[in-house]
Amino acid sequence: MRGLALILRPKLLTLRTRLRQERGGGGGKVMIVAGVGLIFWLAVFGVLYRVLRYFRGVEDIGPLLASKLLGLALLSFLSILLLSNVITALSSFFLAKDLDLLQSTPVDWLHVYLAKLGETLVHSSWMVALMAVPIFTAYGVIYDGGWAFGWFALVVFLPLLVIPAVIGSAVTLILVNVFPARRARDLLSVIAIGAAGGVVLLFRIIRPEQLARPEGFNNLLDFLTVLRTPTSPFLPSEWATQAVMGWLVGPFDGLPLALLWSTAAATVVLGAALHDRLYPSGFTRSQEAAERFVKGWIWHVLLDPILGRLEVARREFVIKDIKLFFRDTTQWSQLILLGVLVVIYLFNIKALPLFTGERVPFFLVTVVSFLNLGLAGFVLSSIAARFIFPAISLEGRQMWLLRSSPLDLRALLWSKYCTGTVPLLVLALVITVFTNVLLRASGFMMAVGIGTIVLLTLAISAMALGFGALYPQFETENAAQIPTSFGGLVFMMSTIALLAGVIVIEAIPVYGYLRATFFGQPVRLTPAMLLGFGGVVTLCAAATVIPLRVGLKKMESFEF
Amino acid sequence: MIRLEGLTKVYGTFVAVDHIDLEVPRGQLFGFLGPNGAGKTTTLRMIAGILRPTAGRVWIGGDDIVTNPMAAKARLGFIPDRPFVYEKLTGGEFLRFVAGLYGQDGASVEKRIDELLDLFELAVWKDELVESYSHGMRQKLIISSALIHRPEVIVVDEPMVGLDPKAARLLKDIFRHFVERGGTVLMSTHTLEITEAMCDLIAIIQHGKIVARGTMEELRQQTESGDVSLEDLFLRLTGGAAARELAKILEGP
Repeated sequence: MRGLALILRPKLLTLRTRLRQERGGGGGKVMIVAGVGLIFWLAVFGVLYRVLRYFRGVEDIGPLLASKLLGLALLSFLSILLLSNVITALSSFFLAKDLDLLQSTPVDWLHVYLAKLGETLVHSSWMVALMAVPIFTAYGVIYDGGWAFGWFALVVFLPLLVIPAVIGSAVTLILVNVFPARRARDLLSVIAIGAAGGVVLLFRIIRPEQLARPEGFNNLLDFLTVLRTPTSPFLPSEWATQAVMGWLVGPFDGLPLALLWSTAAATVVLGAALHDRLYPSGFTRSQEAAERFVKGWIWHVLLDPILGRLEVARREFVIKDIKLFFRDTTQWSQLILLGVLVVIYLFNIKALPLFTGERVPFFLVTVVSFLNLGLAGFVLSSIAARFIFPAISLEGRQMWLLRSSPLDLRALLWSKYCTGTVPLLVLALVITVFTNVLLRASGFMMAVGIGTIVLLTLAISAMALGFGALYPQFETENAAQIPTSFGGLVFMMSTIALLAGVIVIEAIPVYGYLRATFFGQPVRLTPAMLLGFGGVVTLCAAATVIPLRVGLKKMESFEF
Repeated sequence: MIRLEGLTKVYGTFVAVDHIDLEVPRGQLFGFLGPNGAGKTTTLRMIAGILRPTAGRVWIGGDDIVTNPMAAKARLGFIPDRPFVYEKLTGGEFLRFVAGLYGQDGASVEKRIDELLDLFELAVWKDELVESYSHGMRQKLIISSALIHRPEVIVVDEPMVGLDPKAARLLKDIFRHFVERGGTVLMSTHTLEITEAMCDLIAIIQHGKIVARGTMEELRQQTESGDVSLEDLFLRLTGGAAARELAKILEGP
């Protein structure tokens, strides 16, 4: 075990140093991150607490509903963990920088396997583990689990993390033995993200909330049968559910727990055996560079007519950014998730119980259409955080070239702003127009929606770029990790503040419109309306110009 | 062609470069030597406009790199020690992009790209992504990118690292021809034989300060050394003749 501890030591020391550096950067940062985390936890706990309290009040089927809900949550965790482990294992087992050193030193293969498995598990599971805390807490509180329940939940949850880590690593190992690592990475990103999108979409379309509406079933017996039947008796998530619910509502049965731990142990043994057999050949294959000749001229044929009038440096920058985006599978594959997100968004709007046969309340539609602006803005912010926020950080390693050439940094910022804003704007308009059409909103609300979302998109995009420059992550190579940094959090908080500001200010003219329509008066542009719209324009203009200026100033002071 | 005046760079309390005054005349190949951590790379990065000096000024052909960066940088080609380039661009695309940064495009750039890739034997790799290039190939690509806009000055940090003997020889020939045609090269390197054979002028930096400068002959006079090699001179100036414990270290316990 000394060998294993030795391999893990550099990672632990790095983590300790990073934590110290974070602390050294001022307590404010830690406080903000902790505060946001706590709010999130409390929100999850609060919602679940209410739901479980309601379930507890329903006799007979209450525990069954609670069990079904826990089963669904754990099954989702298991799917997410499996996908995330497959991707993470590729980095930790085949692409990590310490592998050359480990391979050239006389380290026991089993220690390498266990160390890398642990690394994969931690990297891919920490978020899910944090998410599980308020869920188990809510169950423990509602069903009086007692002080020991926390430890029991931990004992139940640990194998749920180990099993997907081993299976995910094994899948990756097999794939790398078939494809070279770089190709496998491309393939996996697409498959994993496509699968994740599919799972989310399926989950949404089957509408699990209907389970809580027994009136949808023919008779109570059907409903109870559905509730009693486990999703699958062979799934570890089901064993975990049985163990937890056995502890909380009884009767307690040790078998599910034994199944969980024995399966986890067996998978580790089998995973190690597979690793012993396949890793040497897989590692060798992973060192092969993929031969990739690309046809870059296609981009020039497509883009030159559009960008032809631009100054050379700006044009080449935009073309370069577009090429890099579409050649990096980890980047564009996330568009699949984005597509799923938009479909779910529109599906949810369509599923709103507004048109139930009665006369559609005009007031309700207008309010939903108006508040939808805030929600659409939030979706756009998340997308900007993922795709626009990392733009400056991703230039870090090449900054020697950009800074030593006579490139005006304003041109760089402009190119990044354009390549980020144009697709975001198209998406914003699609979401707004479609939702308003689905809601059958009035012409006035359609105009307000389009105008506001355009202004918001311009501002959100500028803020993403500005905050990205203020909090750059030049050392991170993976673009997907950059938004999860402190800067990404500050950006999201700032955009939420902007969205709240816009909604509050614009509520004045929308209220004026509603009032006039309700009383059958003609809708006129009153001074209050003008003031409201003017306020929104000013706020959005400020949120566009100031971040870009601050970002530019920060970029001018970058040192490499 | 390159003039440094009181150039200083301080990181916190650490003085990386300490009031350097230096003049690199036009048409000269200037060698910039020093032990690891002496301040060579920091100085070169300040000259290239990547780092801002804490104090002092840098002129490239009469243009101040801080107050008139566009004009100064347009004259310059910088070759860094670590070849970080866009992995998902092909070699040809990278060179086209760099030319664009200098405001150049069109048929002349395409011709220049082909010439440079031919010269460095990268023509067959032109349409392949940089991610599959070896370290040496990346280095060659970066050298090509520094030449794409026909600079007046080349500032180069450790150019020979990763190059095969053929490419190293080619690079030496390129630099020699470049200075013969009126270009200026400021080169930092640890390869003392190359410096001795190629450079017209040499400066040695230690602890952020220039400790000696001039031609080989002038350096010998400054250090009152006889007909010694640059290696002996370098070790004498930087106090690094530490071969004494070598046998002890290499032997077993």
